[in-house]
Amino acid sequence: MELFEILLSASFWAAAVRIASPLIFATMGELICERAGVLNLGIEGIMVIGAFAGWMTVYQGGGLWMGVGVAMLSGMGFGLLHATLTVPFGLSQHVVGLGITLLATSASSFAYRLVLPEVTSPPKIEPFQIIEIPVLSDLPLIGPALFQQTALTYLAFAMILIVGLVLYRTPLGLALRAAGENPAAVEAQGLSVTALRMGAVVVGSGLMAVGGAFLTMSAFSSFFFDMVNGRGWVCIALVVFGAWRPGKAALGALLFAAFDALQIRLQQTPIGAHLPYQIFLMVPYVLSILALILMSRRAEVPAALMVPYNKGER
Amino acid sequence: MRLEPIANPTRLRLVGLPVAALALTVLVASLLALLAGANPFATLGLILEGAAGSKFALLETLNRATPLIFTGLAVAVAFRAKLWNIGAEAQLYAGAVVTVLLGTGALPLPSVLLIPVIAVAAMIAGALVLLGPVLLKTRAGVDEVVTTLLFNFIMLLIVSMLLEGPMKDPMGMGWPKSAALDKAARLPRIAEGLRLHWGFGLALLAAVGVWVLQTRTTLGFEIRAVGQNAQAARFAGVPVNQVLVKTALLSGGLAALAGFSEVAGLKGNLTLDLSPGFGYTGIIVAMLALLNPLGVVLSAIFVAGVFVGADSMSRAAGVPTYIADILLATALLTMVLALRLTRARIHWR
Repeated sequence: MELFEILLSASFWAAAVRIASPLIFATMGELICERAGVLNLGIEGIMVIGAFAGWMTVYQGGGLWMGVGVAMLSGMGFGLLHATLTVPFGLSQHVVGLGITLLATSASSFAYRLVLPEVTSPPKIEPFQIIEIPVLSDLPLIGPALFQQTALTYLAFAMILIVGLVLYRTPLGLALRAAGENPAAVEAQGLSVTALRMGAVVVGSGLMAVGGAFLTMSAFSSFFFDMVNGRGWVCIALVVFGAWRPGKAALGALLFAAFDALQIRLQQTPIGAHLPYQIFLMVPYVLSILALILMSRRAEVPAALMVPYNKGER
Repeated sequence: MRLEPIANPTRLRLVGLPVAALALTVLVASLLALLAGANPFATLGLILEGAAGSKFALLETLNRATPLIFTGLAVAVAFRAKLWNIGAEAQLYAGAVVTVLLGTGALPLPSVLLIPVIAVAAMIAGALVLLGPVLLKTRAGVDEVVTTLLFNFIMLLIVSMLLEGPMKDPMGMGWPKSAALDKAARLPRIAEGLRLHWGFGLALLAAVGVWVLQTRTTLGFEIRAVGQNAQAARFAGVPVNQVLVKTALLSGGLAALAGFSEVAGLKGNLTLDLSPGFGYTGIIVAMLALLNPLGVVLSAIFVAGVFVGADSMSRAAGVPTYIADILLATALLTMVLALRLTRARIHWR
């Protein structure tokens, strides 16, 4: 009974879309990297630095969009480091990615303590406000879910379209996908695999950081050390679940977010109150693993994913 | 730019580049100290002093190194087979849970029997935790990086659930912690009055054991073959999936010993903050040791020293302790780059 009530409530769908937004940014970012042939395990740390940098910029008096910009630049910085080490130098993408995650996470913690040495509860900022789209926001169910959100959520949904269009409708997208499938062919066309892959990792990392910034600037208005809490790893699972396609991956993010919103609400039902709350918190991680199991057999992995490319070598 | 392999690197290259990586790491640490308004030399000096400046400091470092040797070995064993076990944290907690379950009066055995039984049970638990992801990898082709990472979060929630439920200490004043281990289940100290427990001895033993396995046994050879080229190993008749499963069992078991040794040797009970990321730090330990099991001991002591030293420096000089994590992440990245460049030359064209 309660389940139906939840599923028919507008606030549930609004929450699902809200929860999906940071995941969409970061999933699109990871997808771009992987389509070009680079697994970016720096995602978790890059989301942390984005969350921190955006929040700190606004806390220091910068505007909200400036915060988003700074977050994106910080992500791109770590992305550039990742790209330099993994693309031209061809270092292990696993090791470098985890190293970037450690570096970006600890850099955020260090900077936080540097600016706020003795603060126990982090200060709040004035976050992005909800923008109601006229007429559309009055629609039942869909209105509050899709058209009463913050600007960052609208941007997240626009990003699905932009990434899809660039990847499938432009020469750049074609070259990028080819760099992840058959780099030698790209080189034969006179294009630089190194430049394409590095560009993809830098831009993708920028998107991941904006996903992190969503958490501090549109969801929680404050920065906590553990706030990303595995969302980056979930996004890597979502890319696999979406078979490396932007639309499907975004759909996966929405589905995932709906389950997440559902588990929060189920905790408050009479039956849910009897179960340990940890069971509900486990749902997102278990779902991610299930999604991986379900899709792994069918997925078309980019052929050159994790294969370093060295010009002139066969 | 492209890389050209070098057949016979000079000694200067082999030694100079890793030293340069270390120097770069120290430079980054100095800059961070400057950023925090402290004197870089004083900061580095305080870290060194805090890590090894006194008998107390040195023992503290060795105590901290103990779980890192286990998780470092766990990672080294797995990465050697290119099995990306990023879930040592989960396996560590599995070992810790079993240690508490069996060490709080469930088994009426004398210490000499009880401790080995618990250690083996903990290893089995850790091995089983990694068995899931590795079977998913060999049977269904599911990438183990993400599954092992996600298991860390699931495991921590399970431990939290246990500590607030069936394993909660009734005398714990409402804190989510387990009951204390029986005296018979505690690892004794290596020497009377010395604040170092036998977990450290066990860690050294494990390192030697893994070294023997890797260099003197068929399995060790097979693990190496699978890691270098799984396809070629399969053609050569190596049962690749079987080797991966065996590697996983060993790796998970080693990581679980970290949990066992922390609970039975150091803490005496289980709390949610038993491990401040020992599982993840094990990756740095293993990589800095070039996946060599004996090297893991040295690199674990180094890494532990950085953490212990940074803690004590932070109290004295006010530079945030997170400088340790940045320092180690930098060391990891610069070191893998340096090692790559010992075997390849850059051509700028």
